[in-house]
Amino acid sequence: MSDAPAAVRIPAGTAPAVPSAERSGLAELRDTVAAEWMKLRTLRSSSITLVAAFVSMLGISALICWAFAHHYASLPPLEQAVERVTLDASFISVSGIFLAQLPIGVLGVLTMSSEFATGLVRATFAAVPRRMTLVAAKAIVFAAVSLVIGMVGSFASFAIGQAVLSSQGIQTTLGAPGVLRVVIGGGLYLPVLGLLGLGLGAMIRRTAGGVAALFGLLLVLPVIASVLPAPWGPDIQEYLPNQAGSALLHASGASDLLAPWTGFGVFCAYAAVALAVGALLVQRRDA
Amino acid sequence: MIQTRGLTKRFTRTVAVDDLTFDVLPGRVTGFLGPNGSGKSTTMRLVIGLDRPTSGAATVNGRPYHQLRWPLHEVGALLEVGALHPGRRARDHLRWLARTNAIPLARADETLELVGLASVAGRRAGALSLGMRQRLGIAAALLGDPSTLLFDEPVNGLDPEGIVWVRTLLKSLAAQGRTVLVSSHLMSEMALTADHLVVIGRGRLIADASVDDFVQRATVGWTRVVTPERDRLCLALERSGAGVTVADDGSLEVRGPDTARVGELAHQAGLVLHELSPRHASLEEAYMDLTAESVEFHAPQGAEARR
Repeated sequence: MSDAPAAVRIPAGTAPAVPSAERSGLAELRDTVAAEWMKLRTLRSSSITLVAAFVSMLGISALICWAFAHHYASLPPLEQAVERVTLDASFISVSGIFLAQLPIGVLGVLTMSSEFATGLVRATFAAVPRRMTLVAAKAIVFAAVSLVIGMVGSFASFAIGQAVLSSQGIQTTLGAPGVLRVVIGGGLYLPVLGLLGLGLGAMIRRTAGGVAALFGLLLVLPVIASVLPAPWGPDIQEYLPNQAGSALLHASGASDLLAPWTGFGVFCAYAAVALAVGALLVQRRDA
Repeated sequence: MIQTRGLTKRFTRTVAVDDLTFDVLPGRVTGFLGPNGSGKSTTMRLVIGLDRPTSGAATVNGRPYHQLRWPLHEVGALLEVGALHPGRRARDHLRWLARTNAIPLARADETLELVGLASVAGRRAGALSLGMRQRLGIAAALLGDPSTLLFDEPVNGLDPEGIVWVRTLLKSLAAQGRTVLVSSHLMSEMALTADHLVVIGRGRLIADASVDDFVQRATVGWTRVVTPERDRLCLALERSGAGVTVADDGSLEVRGPDTARVGELAHQAGLVLHELSPRHASLEEAYMDLTAESVEFHAPQGAEARR
């Protein structure tokens, strides 16, 4: 059986001529962003992952709010009064991001690591030889996509969660102190986490290794820090990425966390360092 | 045009490419020939900037690859099969590539048509046969209508019809005035396709010659002589500067003087000859001879037999 049905064909000179204009760095970045966006859209697995992130975010937020409302309804009035004081209705309504961070983080790692795993990276580097431009384009596309999903997901989760909580009259509103910050923080958490994953993927180049590093940083380090004696344990803990990243998510702040925007800044610094080191390594290493 | 100057790539324990200097000129198919592991792929990777040379330089149209502003418009490369994501459709693979260099997206379907893959444009790359993926790689190389093309072992995985197709394609690309560098470890394949040869072994340049020159050089044969007075003939021949070796069957292999001259020398010495016959190496043998010492992975008996 033959490989292809067509007869031998010879190219005629029908293709576009070399554009004579020099291409500015910005124009090159724009073209690369367009290409990376197309790459992301044309893989079924990435679309599925993004949908999964969105759905899990809404679903878990709604489930937690429903569980809380159920628990609240079963309490005697005195205990209900205590719960009312300690409840952060905004936080629990966006807590679905803690599940959504898994698919987003993995997809961030994959954005770089799958290039190396499949060998696609050779085609990519041949088309975009300036690798800093490439890493920047990937980061821009991934950050934009996960920001949209994070923001829409966070506001939608909030709306659904408050609707569920309102059955018990314990809902809050965007106008209440700190609440808008929490909901926006929920939207910002995912892109920053995704970029951290992307940076690690660029550094490690293996999907398994990158995912292990990301979730080691997010989930294992806090456990290790928690067994350290005071004052080190707690001091270290608030600077770890998961804690720093969730500082934005508490309407009235939390005693064991950094100040909201300070914490978010620390979280961003992790992503920035990972991206910078990853980009540098991609630039230096042979493909 | 591709140029390498003192191109060298050293890995921790081996030298993959060792001080290579050669030009690949437009308008002809240049065969890049060498045994497996001789550094062909590494050289091509250095040319398109995937690897960084330890020293020396490679340029395309006078510039290092990473300085090309529109790389896909200037250079098309088919490297080892598999520079694609198995989950992406063939057409989409070409479309994102087109995007990177502002090539009109319609060009994706055009090149698919060109390589005979139009009917599987919507199929995911992972579902394509090896030969089809090879064709998809060729389509990607042609996408920007580049004036310089590199093909690394392009006939791998192709059926006979595909092999003929690639040969015709390479020749017609060169006939259009493009620079075409195509690697192979098979001399026979290159004899049919190439106009010019760059031969390397263990990363070093062994020959850089037109196919005709290479054939001429390679097919300088020897003369087989059978004589009852071997020692005296040896002496007479060696005194005149010929190279003489004794073959397993006791005959002499004489290199240097042509067959007529060998006969004359024997006559002058007054020696009896039982056989005097000219011998020619085939192109394949010549290539084997040339690269014998530079083969990285000998089969043990093969190496033995050569001695």
